[in-house]
Amino acid sequence: MHAIANAAAGYPRGIEALEPPLGPDKPREPVEDAQALRFDSVTCTFPGRTARAETYTAVRDVSLAVRDGEFLSIVGPTGCGKSTLLNVAAGLIRPSKGTLSVFGTPLKDGLNREASYLFQVDALMPWKTTEDNIAAGLLFHGMRKDAARAQAREWLVRVGLDGHGRKYPHQLSGGMRKRAGLAQALALNPRILLMDEPFSALDIQTRHLMEGELLRLWSLDRKSIVFVTHDLEEAISLSDRVVVMSAGPATHPVAEFEIDLQRPRDVAEIRMTQRFLQLHAQIWDVLKTEVLKSYAHTRV
Amino acid sequence: MRTPVFDPRSKVAVQGTRIAVLASALFLWWLLTSRKWISPFFFGDPAGVFQRIVNWFVSGSVFVHLYTTLVETLLAFVIGTALGLACGLWLALNPFLAIVADPFIKALNSMPRLIFAPIFALWFGLGIWSKVALGVTLVFFVVFFNVFQGVREVSPAVLSNTRMLGANPRQLMWHVYLPSAMSWVFSSLHNAIGIAFVGSVVGEYLGSEKGIGYLILLAEGNFDIDSVIAGILLLTLFALVLDISVSLLEERVLRWQPGGGQTVDASA
Repeated sequence: MHAIANAAAGYPRGIEALEPPLGPDKPREPVEDAQALRFDSVTCTFPGRTARAETYTAVRDVSLAVRDGEFLSIVGPTGCGKSTLLNVAAGLIRPSKGTLSVFGTPLKDGLNREASYLFQVDALMPWKTTEDNIAAGLLFHGMRKDAARAQAREWLVRVGLDGHGRKYPHQLSGGMRKRAGLAQALALNPRILLMDEPFSALDIQTRHLMEGELLRLWSLDRKSIVFVTHDLEEAISLSDRVVVMSAGPATHPVAEFEIDLQRPRDVAEIRMTQRFLQLHAQIWDVLKTEVLKSYAHTRV
Repeated sequence: MRTPVFDPRSKVAVQGTRIAVLASALFLWWLLTSRKWISPFFFGDPAGVFQRIVNWFVSGSVFVHLYTTLVETLLAFVIGTALGLACGLWLALNPFLAIVADPFIKALNSMPRLIFAPIFALWFGLGIWSKVALGVTLVFFVVFFNVFQGVREVSPAVLSNTRMLGANPRQLMWHVYLPSAMSWVFSSLHNAIGIAFVGSVVGEYLGSEKGIGYLILLAEGNFDIDSVIAGILLLTLFALVLDISVSLLEERVLRWQPGGGQTVDASA
């Protein structure tokens, strides 16, 4: 196992503090361009809701690199600014300080064109059929209409929605809408996939199915995935690496763990293995502290 | 408990009851006026009103008036909707302009705009255009507020998602803002149709040479209450027909919607 405790004191044993905190001056990765995404001391401060309110710092000084082809999960207490990080990665939010680099190039303005984003809530256009929703992204990228449609139909088959192409989103179940969203994101063949608690609204069975589906699709071409979740089991069973974020405000990564479970994985069965439970205990140890902090903070 | 006869899902029961309600209202009206319990001079009588409508259509004298009113209404409706749609989109997508324009729009909307009728008569003459102008000022705000709201209500997730899919601002307009605003626009069109009629009839009533409003004004001058009521009934009928056509169009365009849309009201 390879684990780093970032914020030194008070973190439980089992996490060997092997390396200094990640940072711009000491890159973790030996090869620069093997990094799909790289946050360099990113800080996001938002103005307060009212004129007199203080500003709110969602994330502070986050340095984090996502390797090319890596499945990285970010876990942390609810409302800790995980989504803010994803929005920064997508280019939807500009960091107040620090930079985001995409495959070695700093993202100055505009959206991250290498990335697709799967949102927590349904983000399909409700006025388009499933097929048209999937084809929309391809059309925006200049593909001809019939070619886009044909490709959308291929994706419908690939995500198991064959025969549902003519339906509107409200006629689909929650799981089917997620499949459609996944197809919509993957149809553009992005090099990076950003996922914000994509399965949190699904029931547990559908959720396992979707997780399995995601792993199957990912294994085909190994895109870099940043997967935000508050579900530790989900994070471990899917990822190569799990990063634990501190309680908000001013969130930053506190520890990270390499998940050395074998692939291909069965997301339901892998949860029973000894190694999984070991990892779960170790990560939960760290996460629990943050969750308790977050809980204490909101209760006051 | 409801008895099965009054089941709201039974079409026969519902339609039958509606016809019964209408028939009893007409019967009551006839009874009251024919027994002279209320004066037929002031309240008309159903037979006379019916006679008047038949006469109008048999002699063909009503067609020029109907045609005029319908043309005014449709023009006001189409022009007002187009302007409302354009301005609504424009302001909703331009926050600075929206804030600058806000007090003016509120003032214009709360102003009793029917009072413009005499001014429009001076500006555009007694022909159809003064009525169209009045109708447009009424329809515009109804549609405008709904489009404005519709664009504001676009789900931020759908918007971000579509941007992430690579849509440029023009594509966002066509694929997100317009379709999202359409459901609001359509529910406002039902209001707009009625209000467009108000514009043309009030305009005609205040000064014109043709139109149902003019017909009503003439009849009123002769204390011919039957003709007044006949005119009102005709207007109601045509407003209903237009409203149903909007509903049919709505059903086709908003096929993607699970339920009905909502609407925000603008005052007439």
